[in-house]
Amino acid sequence: MQTYDLEADGLRGLNASLHAQAQDTNQTAWEIVNPKGSHAIAVGLDAPIEVSVKGSTGYYCAGMNKQATIHVFGSAGPGVAENMMSGTVIVEGDASQCAGATGNGGTLIIKGNASSRCGISMKGIDIIVHGSIGHMSAFMAQSGNLVVCGDAGEALGDSLYEARLFVRGSVKSLGADCVEKEMRPEHLTLLAELLDRGGCDAKPEDFKRYGSARQLYNFNIDNAY
Amino acid sequence: MKDDTPSAGTPRTVPVQSETWSNQVNAEIRRAAATGIYDIRGGGAKRKVPHFDDLLFLGASISRYPLEGYREKCETSVTLGTRFAKKPIELKIPVTIAGMSFGALSGPAKEALGRGATLAGTSTTTGDGGMTPEERGHSDKLVYQYLPSRYGMNPDDLRRADAIEIVVGQGAKPGGGGMLLGQKISDRVAEMRNLPKGIDQRSACRHPDWTGPDDLEIKILELREITAWEKPIYIKVGGARPYFDTTLAVKAGADVVVLDGMQGGTAATQDVFIEHVGQPILACIREAVRALEDLDMHREVQLIVSGGIRHGADVAKCMALGADAVAIGTGALIALGDNDPRWEGDYQKLGTTAGAYDDWHEGNDPAGITTQNPDLMARLDPLEGGRRLNNYLKVMTLEAQTIARACGKNHLHNLEPEDLCALTMEAAAMTHIPLAGTDWYPGKPGSTF
Repeated sequence: MQTYDLEADGLRGLNASLHAQAQDTNQTAWEIVNPKGSHAIAVGLDAPIEVSVKGSTGYYCAGMNKQATIHVFGSAGPGVAENMMSGTVIVEGDASQCAGATGNGGTLIIKGNASSRCGISMKGIDIIVHGSIGHMSAFMAQSGNLVVCGDAGEALGDSLYEARLFVRGSVKSLGADCVEKEMRPEHLTLLAELLDRGGCDAKPEDFKRYGSARQLYNFNIDNAY
Repeated sequence: MKDDTPSAGTPRTVPVQSETWSNQVNAEIRRAAATGIYDIRGGGAKRKVPHFDDLLFLGASISRYPLEGYREKCETSVTLGTRFAKKPIELKIPVTIAGMSFGALSGPAKEALGRGATLAGTSTTTGDGGMTPEERGHSDKLVYQYLPSRYGMNPDDLRRADAIEIVVGQGAKPGGGGMLLGQKISDRVAEMRNLPKGIDQRSACRHPDWTGPDDLEIKILELREITAWEKPIYIKVGGARPYFDTTLAVKAGADVVVLDGMQGGTAATQDVFIEHVGQPILACIREAVRALEDLDMHREVQLIVSGGIRHGADVAKCMALGADAVAIGTGALIALGDNDPRWEGDYQKLGTTAGAYDDWHEGNDPAGITTQNPDLMARLDPLEGGRRLNNYLKVMTLEAQTIARACGKNHLHNLEPEDLCALTMEAAAMTHIPLAGTDWYPGKPGSTF
């Protein structure tokens, strides 16, 4: 286990050390202490390593992650795991706005709640939230899966493309072109796998599925108002 | 037969067309009434606005010593990203190629831009939709645009880039997002953007994970950390509030500010947006320079300006107003063959004419540039296109050097406002360059006007 004191040794040294890990590194376990809400912790990683952050983080923790598993033992600031390509990010606490924004792949698990714009413009990432999510989540979400064990705020899935949204609780309102869809057997199978991956104690049958009505896919003047 | 009507021989009022209700305006009303949809087109503002033609260089005289036209050196190089980046970009000429997407442009067109820029010793820029291998391979210096849509954005390409340009806005549509209509969404374009083929793709008008300059500062920190602080970070803004936008970009940590006036082109947006939102680049440059000077950052943070830059005189005028470099888009496309009269027959079939063709979003470009149609794309030879672009860039540079030498300057960056005069009150007011024949401009300190 490599331990890095962020407060003492600084952000640049941390990310440089993590970036320097080769694919076959034997330094696979890293622990970051004293994060104290710092921004850009463990960003741009590209190696199969496991990073534990012992505390809460600021903006963009685990941004653009590839391969790595990053575990935040606290809450995460805005844009956690933004544009993630692969790997896994786990947040034990809550996540601020824009969690998993534009993520292309990998899995983001949020054990608490996520704020507004969770999964905005997601492009293939799977986001699993044990709690609830805020307004405008999955705005222009292109692909991937968003699982919400709690409730969803206003305008869920506004201008949605092909992402799949699963919500167990209430949805305050749906955004433009987002509709409830039939939960078919293949969706129950997919959701069961996602819930298992996310460590959620929930039954797929309790969820509703939301997706795009595909009415905004080609320009129509009647949609412009 | 003799006309016996009472009015015969009486002079009549000549039919007068209204300036307000011109034929063009009326035709657009009829089109809107018939279709119920606003006009979408490519390109930049077509209306007449104050521009670089409203400025002139004074040249040398008894009080100014010129340099010999061909013998004496006049440097053209520029280094971009000297503020924070470990690896600033060094260009031989201060004319760069502006961001244009693969998707809006064909693959061969992007390749031609890369080839031409590389031959000329300058940079080219990606666009919405990401970086293609051909573009990276043929561009010695490639600036990677980081856009609100994040289509095709990935950390590998971020690291492969020579600089990163965070696009906040563009001159053709400050405050607007992009659109790429379904006709141009080929399999490859769809795959790169992770969206279904054939749908109209909207690009968001603001970034998904930051909202203001304080957030932007942190976003820049993230990008620098991911790229080991090597890459220059540009911030591109449309010509909206150049003083404040430049100030905030510098505050957020930009190495370079890119300022795009309303004449700058877009692949597609509403005509009403292009023609009625944003300022001409002439009105923006001095305000941006003033912001940099107020922060004591002029030349430390470099300023690239764009929007309607056509030839070496425009380049020289930008330099004299305080820019470090310029970016060209429309001019580069014309050099490749856009709107060339050789395709007039095809333009006529599309209901337009060479020079006026702007339906770039429809993907039927006879010149094979703004299209994904394989048959049309084949009309552009990227090798020949690259050669033509290089020639154009070379001529622009030679023209700018000619003017600089005439003003006694041994580097284009030594051109200064004092070398200019303004032909119109508007240009004088916008640039604080004295009106020709006077030492006065509107708003000059001590002036009562």
